[in-house]
Amino acid sequence: MRFDSLIDSVGRTPLVGLPRLSPSQDVRIWAKLEDRNPTGSIKDRPALWMIEQAEKDGLLRPGCTILEPTSGNTGISLAMSARLKGYRLICVMPENTSDERRQLLRMWGAEIISSPAAGGSNEAVRVAKGLAAENPEWVMLYQYGNPANWRSHYESTGPEILEDLPSVTHFVAGLGTTGTLMGVGRFLRERVPDVKIVAAEPRYGELVYGLRNVDEGFIPELYDPDVLTTRYSVSSGDALRRTRELLSTEGIFAGVSTGAALHGALGMATKAVKAGERADIVFVVADGGWKYLSTGAYEGTLDEAEERLEGQLWA
Amino acid sequence: MAIEVRIPTILRTFTDGAKAVDAKGATLEELIGDLDSRHPGLKDRLVDKGALRRFVNVYLNDEDVRFLGGLETPVADGDTVTVLPAVAGGSR
Repeated sequence: MRFDSLIDSVGRTPLVGLPRLSPSQDVRIWAKLEDRNPTGSIKDRPALWMIEQAEKDGLLRPGCTILEPTSGNTGISLAMSARLKGYRLICVMPENTSDERRQLLRMWGAEIISSPAAGGSNEAVRVAKGLAAENPEWVMLYQYGNPANWRSHYESTGPEILEDLPSVTHFVAGLGTTGTLMGVGRFLRERVPDVKIVAAEPRYGELVYGLRNVDEGFIPELYDPDVLTTRYSVSSGDALRRTRELLSTEGIFAGVSTGAALHGALGMATKAVKAGERADIVFVVADGGWKYLSTGAYEGTLDEAEERLEGQLWA
Repeated sequence: MAIEVRIPTILRTFTDGAKAVDAKGATLEELIGDLDSRHPGLKDRLVDKGALRRFVNVYLNDEDVRFLGGLETPVADGDTVTVLPAVAGGSR
């Protein structure tokens, strides 16, 4: 495969079968390897789409400053594109995100503003919105509400999956901005009768939630529950266990949020087996495990790793 | 075999501090009724006017029961039910 530049090589990622984790010949599980994007995560797609839409709309001109609340991957993708296209990037991220992410962001030239750990991504969003109001000349692409986010998956991720696996019955992905599920979900629903769109959301320990007021729950503007068939809530322990299972049985070294998506995929697989239905279940490997090495997710016993992960954002 | 129900910290005052308790029933509604018979007051914290309270999430084997069948969701021996205070949110 040949491309004119790194940016042109976004997408067209492999879809690989998981013969050992699939329960039977009739119920198969497939991994969409989004870590094979230029900066190593699925976020290269929405980042590129959002920047190019803003350019088309005349909001972004060379020399402009982009501001974005992000716990890492979107920031890294934006930093790469911003560097190549000549924009300054400021990321607002919770202080409890892994050190690798910060180093990567700085490496590509992004500036980082930390938001308090207690509020998680919700607090990062609030801080970024405040900064945007104070600096009207900055451009906030705002992945949680930017339609170019879900359109990137409607126009690229979704069509790739259907082309590679016309018999697809389920799509499972992590629920963050909701862009992946909304985009791929809408695309598949228009073309595959009865397709099941399944969200896997992280269930953090009470250290992360402790100081939050449940009434202040933040729902991304992109979220439309009607696109989803069902939602899984996955504990840190289960996400870690599945991440390790994926590595030990199928050789795929993925980040912890991928373990959560796999947990949902295996849950749907069990239901399909019980119901005697055939299934081709695609789940998203959002990124590789590299950026999580310092969290200790892959070392020692599961209990030790879970303890180390307590209080950290892993998706 | 029974159904394991995991209780969030905020509701453990009803279960003498227990993180998980066993309960019986064919549907989530029956299960909550059975729970309430041994841990009085718990049902009122979960259910309001015949539906799950807005800021309570209940998961059957980690799946949100609001997408399954709400209080009418069938449950069976060996299942795990998790009760959590609702916190929506993006994380990317």
